[in-house]
Amino acid sequence: MSALLSVRDLSVEFTTYGQTAQVLQNVSLDVPAHAQIALVGESGSGKTVTMKAIMGLLRQPPARITGGQIFYDGRDLLTLADRDRVALRGTAMSMVFQDPMSSLNPVFTIADQMGTILKYADRRLGRVRNARDRMARVHEVLAQVRMREPERVSASYPIMLSGGMRQRVLIAMALLSEPALLIADEPGTALDVTTQAQILRLLKDLVTQRGLALLMITHNLGVVRETSSYVYVMNKGRVVEQAETATLFANPQSDYTKSLIAAVPRLTGGTRYGTVTP
Amino acid sequence: MEFLSFLIKRALWSVLVLVGLSMVIFVIARVVPGDPARMALGPRATPEQVAMMQSELGLDRPIVEQYGLFIQGLTRGDLGKSLLTERPVTDDIRETFAATFELVLCTMLLAMGFGVPLGMIAAYWKDQWPDTAVRFFAIFAAVTPSFFLALLLQILAGYVLHLLPTTGRLPNSMEFEASWTGLLLIDSVIAGRLDVLGEALRHLLLPSIALAAATMGQMARLTRASMIDVSRQDYIEAARAFGIPEWLRVTKYMLRPSFVPPLTIMGLEFASLIGGAFVVEMVFAWPGMAAYGIRTILQKDLNAVMGVVMVSGVFFVLVNLAIDVLVGFVDPRVRIRGRR
Repeated sequence: MSALLSVRDLSVEFTTYGQTAQVLQNVSLDVPAHAQIALVGESGSGKTVTMKAIMGLLRQPPARITGGQIFYDGRDLLTLADRDRVALRGTAMSMVFQDPMSSLNPVFTIADQMGTILKYADRRLGRVRNARDRMARVHEVLAQVRMREPERVSASYPIMLSGGMRQRVLIAMALLSEPALLIADEPGTALDVTTQAQILRLLKDLVTQRGLALLMITHNLGVVRETSSYVYVMNKGRVVEQAETATLFANPQSDYTKSLIAAVPRLTGGTRYGTVTP
Repeated sequence: MEFLSFLIKRALWSVLVLVGLSMVIFVIARVVPGDPARMALGPRATPEQVAMMQSELGLDRPIVEQYGLFIQGLTRGDLGKSLLTERPVTDDIRETFAATFELVLCTMLLAMGFGVPLGMIAAYWKDQWPDTAVRFFAIFAAVTPSFFLALLLQILAGYVLHLLPTTGRLPNSMEFEASWTGLLLIDSVIAGRLDVLGEALRHLLLPSIALAAATMGQMARLTRASMIDVSRQDYIEAARAFGIPEWLRVTKYMLRPSFVPPLTIMGLEFASLIGGAFVVEMVFAWPGMAAYGIRTILQKDLNAVMGVVMVSGVFFVLVNLAIDVLVGFVDPRVRIRGRR
């Protein structure tokens, strides 16, 4: 299948304090255009490293990409010049950050931070837009993430907003330049469950309306079931299973996936908690 | 609004602090051994002459009454006469304070202007050679005593290389009355005397460098530590992912959140140098208030000592209030939540 994003046999190792660890081993995954894909795994399974490698955010060193390719729209990102790589960030592919409390700069207003992102995205895309049009766009996107008073929100500093509002600002930031691919790193995990559910619903709606491709990175099988049609399961740096979401839940193949599903707390049926044996 | 009430509270506390300061210094100055009248008149004065001078100065009255008279004078802007210069203390201070203020202002500009960028360089190239170089230089600058640096600069730049003047604020041959603000850099511009401005700058350079070195070293170290701390924050990584260029991340997204510690320390240094610049002032024959203060203390010139202490105190309080406002401007969290 020809995918928008295609990771092929990606291997990454980390060297810290003279010790080398293989963190990713031959990871392959595809995100077709307009599709909603989940990457699920526990902490340390390598899902965040995969995401950072795709976004080009891995610090090298300590990380080293030892093999594989990452194709975006047919181009191998790993062989791209730094300049061209940076040009894709925030414009072709955007990230929704995990922790709304720490991912916004505390000393600048939302308008300042969003305006700056838009300014440099415009510059890379060769678009011309003056400061006032930029603000109009900022307010427009804030309204799209269902902020009731975009003007007031954009004039605020992060400390003046609630966690849920800050998470929505982070989503708005990712959407500013209409990227084709959105990578979401467990959005809302830092929030209470009700707010998290709202955020996920908002994200799903936005992605569906615009026909964006979504790569949802999470440890939460409930989130997988809600937000994706196809899922990759990662464990110890490898993809251990991949399937349609419905198929995966109905008929898990690998032992690891089975134990993950068994570990989901149930409301009925007595104590059927399985034990996780990674 | 919380920030405003915080500032008002701070200002009111400052007034109390100043009153306390005046009492403490007033008592200490009179309790320490040594008779001002005897010191002023010299060893050959008769006991009668000394007694007459004492009553003239009011030293024979109870200390509470003396303090009352001092406060009375203070409210009229009268600090009495200096025994050392035999001029009103307010005139002495007006002249010497301007000289010291100009010197310390230049010192702070140098310390900030070099210290902060050096700290940024060190943080950006952490653990690489620029970092090592800056850290070595900063430690070296911070531990070199200012009097030693002052002498070194004087000998090297003044006597060996003949690059810069080594004493005073202006050459003796130059006629100029700084009659508006007392600051040569400003008054010379007002008067349109660019030759005076140039000379004043040349005279300021060496003593400013001697005074600035220690503070600059501290600024560089603080800025470095603070920037490294901020560079590990999620929002810096997020800025990278959103495509903010690196130079902007360093100069804006990282610098501003890490600017509060250096700014706070700079305020304290600024205020304490007003009284602490005396060694450098002495070496460079700078007609400043710090040197004046030391000379009057040694002479037990009570009126002048009180004057110098009170002016330094007021200056300290004002600078720190100004820094509080600036910190609130740099970091909105302080302005919104109130500070501590």
